[in-house]
Parts: sequence; structure tokens; C-alpha cells
Amino acid sequence: MSSNVVVIGGGAAGLAAALKASEEKCDVTLIERDSDVGGVLNQCIHNGFGLDYFKKNLTGPEFKEKLKEKVLSKSNIKIKSGAFVHSVEKDKNIVFIDRNGVNNLKCDSLVITTGAKERPFTSLGISGKRLSGIYSAGLAQKFINMMNLRPGNSALIVGSGDIGLIMARRLTLEGVKVEGVIEIMPYPGGLQRNIKLCLEDFSIPLYLSRAVKYVDGDRRVNKIITTKVDDKFNHIGGDDITFNVDTLVSSVGLVPNVKPFEFLEHSAGFSTTNKNRTSENWIFSAGNSTVVFDLVDYVAQEGEKAGYMAALQAKNDLSPAGKIKLLPGKNIGILYPSYIEKDYESKIYLRARQPMEKGVLLIPELGIEKEFEDIKPSEMIKIKVPAFDKNTDRIEVNLNELK
Amino acid sequence: MSLNEEKITCLNCPAGCRITVISDGEKIISFKGNNCPKGEKFVNDEMINPKRYILTSVYVNNGTMPLVSVKSTDTIPKDKIISLMEEIKKIKINAPVKVGDIIKENIYENINLVATRSIGLKGE
Amino acid sequence: MIAIIGAGVTGSLIARELSRYEKDVVLFEKNFSAGRGVTKSNSGIIHGGYDDPPGSLRASLSRKGNILYTELSEDLNFRINRCGSHVVAFEKKDFEYINKLVKYANTNGVKSYEIIDREQLKIMEPELNGNALGSFFCSDSGVVNPWNVAVSAVTNLQKNGGEVYYDKKLIRIEKINSGFRLFFEDGTQYEADLVINCGGLFADEIAKMAGDIVPEIFPVKGEYYLLKPEKTLTNSVIFPIPDENTKGCLVTPAIDGGYLAGPTAKKVLSKYDNTNTEEGLSEVRTRAEKLVPNINFRKDPVKTFAGLRPETEEKDFYIDVGNSGIIHVSGIRSPGLTAAPAIAKYVTEYIIQEKLGIKLTERPDFDPKNNVRIIDSFETLEEMNSFIKEHPDAGEFVCYCNKVTKYEIKKAIEQGARSIEDIKFLTGASFGECQGGYCTGKIIEIMLQDKRVKPEDIILNEKNSWLFSSEVRI
Repeated sequence: MSSNVVVIGGGAAGLAAALKASEEKCDVTLIERDSDVGGVLNQCIHNGFGLDYFKKNLTGPEFKEKLKEKVLSKSNIKIKSGAFVHSVEKDKNIVFIDRNGVNNLKCDSLVITTGAKERPFTSLGISGKRLSGIYSAGLAQKFINMMNLRPGNSALIVGSGDIGLIMARRLTLEGVKVEGVIEIMPYPGGLQRNIKLCLEDFSIPLYLSRAVKYVDGDRRVNKIITTKVDDKFNHIGGDDITFNVDTLVSSVGLVPNVKPFEFLEHSAGFSTTNKNRTSENWIFSAGNSTVVFDLVDYVAQEGEKAGYMAALQAKNDLSPAGKIKLLPGKNIGILYPSYIEKDYESKIYLRARQPMEKGVLLIPELGIEKEFEDIKPSEMIKIKVPAFDKNTDRIEVNLNELK
Repeated sequence: MSLNEEKITCLNCPAGCRITVISDGEKIISFKGNNCPKGEKFVNDEMINPKRYILTSVYVNNGTMPLVSVKSTDTIPKDKIISLMEEIKKIKINAPVKVGDIIKENIYENINLVATRSIGLKGE
Repeated sequence: MIAIIGAGVTGSLIARELSRYEKDVVLFEKNFSAGRGVTKSNSGIIHGGYDDPPGSLRASLSRKGNILYTELSEDLNFRINRCGSHVVAFEKKDFEYINKLVKYANTNGVKSYEIIDREQLKIMEPELNGNALGSFFCSDSGVVNPWNVAVSAVTNLQKNGGEVYYDKKLIRIEKINSGFRLFFEDGTQYEADLVINCGGLFADEIAKMAGDIVPEIFPVKGEYYLLKPEKTLTNSVIFPIPDENTKGCLVTPAIDGGYLAGPTAKKVLSKYDNTNTEEGLSEVRTRAEKLVPNINFRKDPVKTFAGLRPETEEKDFYIDVGNSGIIHVSGIRSPGLTAAPAIAKYVTEYIIQEKLGIKLTERPDFDPKNNVRIIDSFETLEEMNSFIKEHPDAGEFVCYCNKVTKYEIKKAIEQGARSIEDIKFLTGASFGECQGGYCTGKIIEIMLQDKRVKPEDIILNEKNSWLFSSEVRI
């Protein structure tokens, strides 16, 4: 078997990458581990997706159906679902396993769009018994939206990331009493829109600077003791709140999937250039396997770009350019991409380390100085940078608070 | 006459514009901060009769999945949503379902409930 | 009937060993499945046998047990990684202890050790604290997954006609003419010719039911961190110089990937207290960082857990026949896991045959082997390919972290797995980095394919550990 371009992972980024590469007249094989493509879009049955990418307000499944329909209409895209990638060999051979056996697939270029996984609650090192009733928000979402399973009767949400907020609403609408959302940081982790739609609409309280101290119960959770924390996350005594609930839903962050491609340069996710190139010239990556994005629209846009670049690479049309390191400076949490190939435009995404009423983004090497208002770590700041000529080996990005 | 200044997050899209609304207590006098005209309509609705989409799921017989995700074709007054949910919970449909299929007509003032994904027949 | 009380690693291996001779062997377990007590939450170390006081029962059985594990792991089809172990010296005076280990090792018949100097140690364990002066290295120490040992022993017991009854909590023992009558909490009664008490933490209480006295057991809690496999932390088990109570807080590769740091050793009041505490976890962090400074306790943890060990004043195993005639296998503290295969032989060959004079004859039809193929165990892709051609389920992956397929999940259910944890322990699914975030849904989907299973019936581990309150739409 062979294909010009192989895409691993059929979520938003992978579908968009496959489509774009196919439009560039490449034969494409899309490898998906699940029985259907779409990834996490399948379980995100709320709307707010697609306004940027499709200019329409869509639900997650609709976003996926739109992409999938286009993919299915292309005769030069093959989908291999229910397939597990065993390994990628440096001679551009991909070994994957499905119900037919072990398969080898040769390619000219590869796009990795494997998304992210949830950070498990058990990794937080919280005291308490090992009980049933502790679910990560994404798993709870899959249970309730796809598998027709109700994970409990009453719940506390730990972590105010978007999935956690969305789940507060879903659980409430399905008759699970949500007693509150707690957040260890002094500000919410999710979009303001979701605070309003998912919490305020249902009078669900949000407790900031609060952490789980102890999870108690008898075989199943029945009590969660929470406590106030200081700015170093140390527990402060004397202000404990006990929630008598049978379910703990945790939304404590996403971690990019880099397995089994650890041979590529990565920190949390793959380190890529503005052309979505990884440390191997023929391998590209986009979407949440690089950094965790706030909107699926950006994931799809990046996927599309990666598909385009992979197609050029497959046709030997992509010139290798020098990589300039993009360095996170002051107040920068997440910064994407990791490198810039200066002969091509860039869209830089970043997250602030803490909220600011007003701040100025400074990229001195490129002469960029731009002010932003109402900066929140939960919402990415985006800035376009054209191709440039200047010789430099590093570009530092800073965000200064303006008082 | 005293003027009220209030900040409202527009919920039309994830951009979530923070709209500053100045009113005299009864009538809105001015808007600031919305990047599109939908923001004004939203604020008007939000101050008088807040509306939301219904986004949930419906039971499917004989499908590759037991649930099909659904949405209301337009926003519905917030205070009607809980009672409408009770009706939606009772609906049962048969596979196959195609995205866009009307699951229930006129759930509220000519607003339909439509499928947001396709579901095949079990075993196909 | 021979009744064994308690399906921990010791009870399970004794029952399986007895099924070599007798068909009518029944294993009674109060929990929902095997290996859920002391067995479940410990370090999983197969010790070298070099540090047990010479002359103790511990010393002789742990050395024998270590050797028996090679054949046992092949027969029962569980993995063992003989990664070796270091006892690390940081100060000059630590070498006094190491010299003692050399003496013990020589007396206990351990030959596979050497003294490692500072430079050599740096090469063997580059992540180890640079202040380490040297170590006592034993090459045949290793790690296993303890519950896998217990569960696979039970599987083999069943294969050979023995039985296991779960949810059977013993509440009373009555001596009758033909032997014993056992009363269980659920109201059932069984008659047994011979009873073997492998009650773990509760072995002393079971002995009391029969009017026998064994050394009192007090629970000692050990807290642990399981850490991500991403970066290499150690190549072998790393022990500090122990204090008087325990072998100390260690850092070791875990058999299913990743690393384990712990345990603490704290006497607790309750035999049910398996809670993690901030105090305990912080002690693990401090001690583990002293051994391997590069552990990042902010980013590396996958989960924390705690287990209880059955300690006695004597700090030795107590394996003997009580006045009642019941065999007590009690006080099986560290290195109980290591010794367990030898304890099984000691009980059948010495206690039953020699001491009680009961003659046992080996059955010609005894099959020591389990034949469940684990996908991960294929040596070549060709081998895997031909297996999948015959069993397509083996080509459908359920757990990506630990590479577990639908084939193995279904096999586990066939073999009697009744809970999510049963499946986890049998297959290794969801023990990886994502802790079941992805595969739990898949496993439940497979469980629900059996139409007799209702969502409300699905449990995490024991009765009442339900996962779902109902369906969303009915």
C-alpha cells in the first residue's frame, strides 16, 4: 500500500488536512482509531463551532458531518478507521493494525493530527479513598451524549475548563444536580461565554481559588471536601466546604497525544514551524497534538495548512528554510508555533499567564507592538506575521501589562 | 435621570464580545464593544427576554448509536427550556437518521428540533 | 473439600498448587475478585532474598520464591521484569549495612549480587542522586504486577477443576466430626475436610474464629505515586538504606510502564484505611527525590494510591497448624509476594503432607499452563498478523497506552471478570498514562454488548461501586 500523504487522526485537524491535500491532487490515506471520524467533535453536541471556519454557528457533530461529507466526496481520499498506528519508520513506512491484520503503508509525507487527551484526576495526588464516581469531563460527556449512560445523580465539577463548564449544563439538563464548579486558580479556566451559558443560566456557583482536599464515600463517592487555596495553591484552613455528591467530574486540562511519535521533537505537544513541519522534514502536525487550542475553527485552519504543506512536500515543492526559534518571554504561557520559517507568513497563537485588563504584545525582532484589552489565559491571542527577510536566530514574544 | 452602565458578554459566538450597554433603567441608549450587529439584538433580547438554543439528544431505535444529537433551529426563551426538555426526553425515533432531519416540528413557535448528526442502521 | 480462605496472592497460589493434587479445592474470597486486599496495592517487587534475617521463615521462603517465579510466570502467563535492585549507600556508615547484606546474602544462598562502586553506579543509574557512594546490587530482583499473579493463579485453578467463590465473607467456623463447617455472611454454609486460612490482614481474626491464636496483625499503611513512563528515572529497583520498620521508600520501574515511588510505613488503626494523605504523599515526594532528584512531582504523577501490609511484632511469617486443625498462613508481610510460590509449596509439601501426614498424589491431568495470548507478547509483526487473521478482535485496539485489544477484553470477561477493575487487572487496560480516559468507554461498550448486562450493573470493583445511575433516555 502507498499514498502520497498519510494523515493520522481523523478529528477536525485531520479531516481538514486530508481535504486540503486531496485538493492539491495528492492521494491521501486518513488513519482513524475509532470506528468513525470526527474525534471529540462527536461528543461536543453544543454549538458555537464553525463561526470562523464555516461562517456558521454549528454544533460539534455538524462541524464534523460537514467536513466528513466533503472528505467522502473525494475519490482520492481513503479512510482507514478502527486502525491503530503501531509505528512510523524513518523510511516513510507506517505500520498500522486493524481487524484485517498488520498493514504497511508507504508515503511521501505524513500529517500527525492525534489531538489531546484529558489529564486524569488521579494524577493530582489528592487525598482520599479509591472510589467509583470520579470521571474526567470528556469521558462523562461521552457517556451522557453518545453512550446513553448517566454517570450519577449529583455532581461537583473540579476545574473550570470549557469541557467542565459545558458538562455542568449538560448534566443539569439531564437531571443530574450540579452543586458547583471549583477552580484552583483565582480566575476561571474556560471562556466567559461558557461561564454565562452553563453556570449563570442555571445558578450553578463557581468557587475560585478552591481545591479538593479529600474525597470520601463508601465504594462510591458520597462526599467531597474542598478548601480554599492561596496563590501558591497551599491549602488554607478554616474555610472548607463539603459537597454531598455522588459524582466528581474533573476538567483539569488536556495533554497533547505524542505517542508513538516521541522521536519527533516535542515538549507537551509536537514542536512545529509555521509550515506545520516537525523536526522531520516530511512529517507535519497540527491541532491539539501541537498545543491545545481554544476553538476548533483554529484547529481546522491549522489542519488545512498542514495538509497543504504536506502536499507540497509530497510533490517536492516545499523548500526547506532555516528555522528561527520563537521564544516565550514575559507573561507568555503557551506559544505556537515553536519555530518560524521566515519565507512564509505565520499566525502566532499565545496564551497569557494571567488575566490583564490591558496589555501590549511586543515582538521586537519583527517590530510588532500591539495592544489588547481584557486578556484572559482561557482565550488565545492571535496575531498574523507576514514573511520577512531579517536575519535573526531567535524571536522573543513578550506580553507587558499596561496599568 | 440617572444612567446605568452594564457590561454584557454577547453569547452569539465564541468571540464573546464584552458589550457596554448604557440605559436609563428602561430604555437602552447606547451600545459599545460589539464587533457585529448581532450583538445589539442579543443585548435587547437578553435584557427583556433571554433566549437560548436547545442542544441535547434523542433516543434512537436500532441505530449504530443509542442517541442522536439534536438542536433547536433558533433560540427559545430561556424559561421554556426546562419544560421543553421534558417533552424531548420522551421522543423516540428510528434509525437511520441524517444530519438536518427534522426530529420534531414546531417545538416552539415554528422552531423545529433537527438532528445534528447522521446515524446509520445497526449492523450496516 | 479443601477450603482456602482468601484469594490474595498467597491463597490463590496455594489453591492452585493444591489443584495439582486434588480436584475438590475451593477458594473463598470476601471481595468481588482475587487479589484485592494486601495484594492489590504494594510495590510489586520480587525481592532477591538477601535482606531477610538468616534462619527466619521469610529468608528461606523468599529465596525459593524468587527462583520459582521464572517457571511460574511462564506457566501462568504473567510478565516479570528481572530488572535487578540496588540498595544505595549515601554515607560511609551505610556500608556497614551493606556488609551485613553481604553476610545475609551468603547465608541465605543468594549468589547474584555484587558491590557497585560510585562510578559504575553512575553508569547503571544515571538519574540517581549524584551523592550516592555505591550500592549492593542484586541482579535477580524484579517486578511483577501482583494482582496479575493472583488472578492468573485463580484462572489456572479453575482450569484444573478448582472453584472460586467471591463475595464470601467468613463469619464463623465450627468444628464438626468430618472437619469444619464454614459460615458466611450471606447465609451460606460449606463443609470442608481441611481449611487453610490465608486471610491477609484478617488472618488473626479468622484464627480466632477457630479458637486458635496467631500473632496479632496490625495494619501498616504504605502510600505511593505512580509516575509517567516518559523519561527514564531508573533502570532497576532503587532502595535506600532501610530504617528498622521497612525496606524504605523506593523508586522502581513498574511492570506496566512508568515508575512507582513509595511506600511510606505508618501504623494505622483501621484495616480498611486505604486513603491517601497529604502527609504521606509529601513524605514519598521528599524521600523519592532524595534517591532520584529528577522526578517532577508536579508533572509526572499518573496517580496516587495506598495499601496496607499485615505486620506482626515478630516481623516473620507464621505458617502452622492451629490446635483446631486449621492451617494458618498468617503474617505474610514483605516479602510475601516474593515468597508466595514457595509458601504454596511449603504448605502442600511440608505442612499438609509431612506435618499432618496427609498423602497427596499428583493428578496426571493437571495442566500448569494458562494459554491466554497477550497481544503485546508477540515477538514479530508477522506473528501478530497471522494471529489477527484468525482473531480479528485482536486487531481492534481498546487501550492505546498499554496496547490492549478487544480480544483480550472479551477473554477477560469470559474468564469471569465482573468489574471494570477486574478487566483492568487482567488485561492491563487503562493502567497507562491516561488512566482509562479513553478506554473506559470502550470497555463499557464491550460489557454492554451482552444484553443481560444493564448499565446499573456495571461496577468499578466491588458491590455498590456503581458507575451509572441509569440510562439518559429510556
